[in-house]
Amino acid sequence: MAYISKRNRTKEKDRQTAARNRGELIAAGFKRRDLLKMGLLTSAGLLIPQKGLSAHPITSAGMVFDDPQSPPTTPFVENMPRLTILAPVASLAPAPTQVPQAGEGRTEPHQAFVQFPPQRYYEMSQQQGTVSMAPAGELPPQTIWGFNGITPGPLIVERYGVLGSPGNGSILVRQRNNLPSNNGGFGFPSVTTHLHNGHTPLESDGFPCFFFGQNKFYDYHYPNVYAGVNSTHPGTGDIKEAMHTLWYHDHRIDHTAENTYKGLAGAYILFNEFDTGDENTGFRLPSFGDGQNPLTSFDIYMVFNDKVFDEDTGLLRFDLFNTDGILGDKFLVNGKINPVLHVSPRRYRFRWLNTGPSRFYQMFVLGPNNTTKSFWQISTDGNLLERPVQVNSSRFSVAERVDVIVDFTGQAGKTFYLENRLEQEDGRGPTGNVLGAGQGNKILKIVVDGPAVLDNSIDPATIPANTTYFYGFPNTNDQERITRTFRFERGNGQWQVNGQLVGGCNQAPRFRIKRNTVEKWVFQNNSGGWQHPIHMHFEEFQTLTINGNPPSSTGLITRGRKDVFRLEHNMEAKVYFRFRDFIGKIPLHCHNVVHEDHAMMVLGQIDDVGDNNTQP
Amino acid sequence: MTDKTRRSLVAALGAAPFVVPLLAKAQTLDTPSKFKVIDSRERIRQRYFPNLVLTTQEGKKVKFYDDLVKDKIVVFNMFYAKCEGICSPVTRNLVRVQNLLGDRVGKDIFFYSFSLKPKEDTVPALKHYAEMHKVKPGWLFLTGSADDMELLRRKLGFVDPDPEVDKDTSNHIGVLKYGNEPLQRWGGCPGMQAPDAIAEAISWVDWPKDSANMKANGGAK
Repeated sequence: MAYISKRNRTKEKDRQTAARNRGELIAAGFKRRDLLKMGLLTSAGLLIPQKGLSAHPITSAGMVFDDPQSPPTTPFVENMPRLTILAPVASLAPAPTQVPQAGEGRTEPHQAFVQFPPQRYYEMSQQQGTVSMAPAGELPPQTIWGFNGITPGPLIVERYGVLGSPGNGSILVRQRNNLPSNNGGFGFPSVTTHLHNGHTPLESDGFPCFFFGQNKFYDYHYPNVYAGVNSTHPGTGDIKEAMHTLWYHDHRIDHTAENTYKGLAGAYILFNEFDTGDENTGFRLPSFGDGQNPLTSFDIYMVFNDKVFDEDTGLLRFDLFNTDGILGDKFLVNGKINPVLHVSPRRYRFRWLNTGPSRFYQMFVLGPNNTTKSFWQISTDGNLLERPVQVNSSRFSVAERVDVIVDFTGQAGKTFYLENRLEQEDGRGPTGNVLGAGQGNKILKIVVDGPAVLDNSIDPATIPANTTYFYGFPNTNDQERITRTFRFERGNGQWQVNGQLVGGCNQAPRFRIKRNTVEKWVFQNNSGGWQHPIHMHFEEFQTLTINGNPPSSTGLITRGRKDVFRLEHNMEAKVYFRFRDFIGKIPLHCHNVVHEDHAMMVLGQIDDVGDNNTQP
Repeated sequence: MTDKTRRSLVAALGAAPFVVPLLAKAQTLDTPSKFKVIDSRERIRQRYFPNLVLTTQEGKKVKFYDDLVKDKIVVFNMFYAKCEGICSPVTRNLVRVQNLLGDRVGKDIFFYSFSLKPKEDTVPALKHYAEMHKVKPGWLFLTGSADDMELLRRKLGFVDPDPEVDKDTSNHIGVLKYGNEPLQRWGGCPGMQAPDAIAEAISWVDWPKDSANMKANGGAK
């Protein structure tokens, strides 16, 4: 309750009243006169339960006008799909070039093409597809836009080059825009693909204004090198800057929400000689195997998002005029509503990603009889912690990732659920309340009915406390060149950063970072009503202080390398950045994609000059 | 709770919208035939564009969907004539956008400013406001019954989820919504953004350059 304003406390009281009323309502058997009675007794009695605990969305059209509710679907019937893995292609036609070529939407040359020549090519077509999101017969086939026509898009599995020989992990991904002109109600057929959060030369980063139109392509060069490779750790990069769980998604300025909601998001993982994908080597994290076979693949990427479906047509519905944030009442994992995962009695690595559009999660593992099973968090935003940390839950807002190890050893025959217990009533962000066990949104059912299989993965319980089991964190002691403040606020219904509006794609950069320097940034949110997942491209930060206190290494972990800062109610945080190696245009923005599309973004650049603007 | 929301609440209760699916779950067969097939453009019309009768600054009666939105590129914002806050700056900014878009405005691009205070925004007040800002043809200032204007405001998303903040009309003035109705492309941006940035954002929902006849053919169907 620490950050809850007086107004929200009043609201919380209303909510509790509402929950009680709803209980009475259910007991009364949904009789219309009871509904009327309840409705007339208290406004909260009807309004708040509609969009509160049961996660119904609020619309731009307000509470009582046209409040959508998805048609019913039966949870926990279909199996959770494993992500399809993208295979490299032998060649691309036309062959990739350093300078943009005919038919390509890119406008700037690849800055590291010669230094890190691509070793492998991939190709994806962004196109319309038809998928099923619910058990047979419950919803119509859904028309989506996806990378290769599927959502989530295919998983790219790559490796960093062996230390000392950079370039071996260098790849080039050709994205083709084959989206149709008829969007079926929403979707914008002009795209830019952001690899979140690769240490990528900026012309390949998916800058929001570097979009390309239909029937064009764009070559993205991902060297897959550790930060520092051209600066502090020449030739090798700093191993402490390794990233393992990334994702890619459309980032079209002003239209990211509808395009990602329509399906344009996919996953990307990087292994190296420590995080090897083989539980017999390196850090001995559960094996990735071929990513498909349940008997050999224990490292599972889970893409979460929430959606709402039209009550009449059963089709995916996007609220075109919402500016606050969109909540769905259906929870999907890897493209299926409330699926089931069958596991063996052993340890698993789950990689959790929230693609939004606007919901925050606090995920628990719910066991039999409303017990809560602890697990081990090993990373923040795909960056390994110092060691696995035992937690009861992990909180992650839009675009954040959490890698965890869940130990099902000795649990054969039992059933668990991934349960989100973070209460959120609208797009402003969570209320701050964490619900009780079994009171939240059950998202995924996990049944431990797989065969007993060998488990050679490290048991995190055997790692001594206070040791560095993974890489450790880079130091945060270097002198900063500048400290900048970014204040996120709302005025006259518009988003502002430091009292200014985003200026559009043709504006001069609002801030200029000097390459190979350290900066400290202060993020401020003076609101008790809104929360914002603040994302910086290209470089991870480490949090120095939150409201004057050091970040936490336990519980809701905030210490670690991250690329999204969860800026909660009335919060001020100071973070430490080191900008290295590459130059180009860069955005800082809210990753509630609805806020992002309504200009909650600052555009800047990294160059060899820099500026001294402390409040961009 | 205002009388208005109470009335709406009772109306909503009459339809019991949130209970139906819960009851239906046990009773209906889960077959795709339970769903209607509705064209997406028509669904957008049903959801967001009630065909309300509005009055322009010239005193002319117009139908919101049929006359103002259908087959057009449109820009929406909210204002009221006696506004002492940012209404005038936003309107002045939009005049610059109108100039940038040239003679397209009034031809296939239209600006609509909706009154937040319809009771005091009489036709002469609207006309005075439009003339004071030297707006050109293709831009209508619109009023109507209080209930209709409130419905329109909510339908078009000029709302704040916090009821207290929502009561302050100044919180609905800073945002523009724009879109291409037949192409089903919609967006929003700050009303005080640089005029060239607003014009650029509107250009992104323009007719495709290789489909000059698209509008005449009724859009992208």
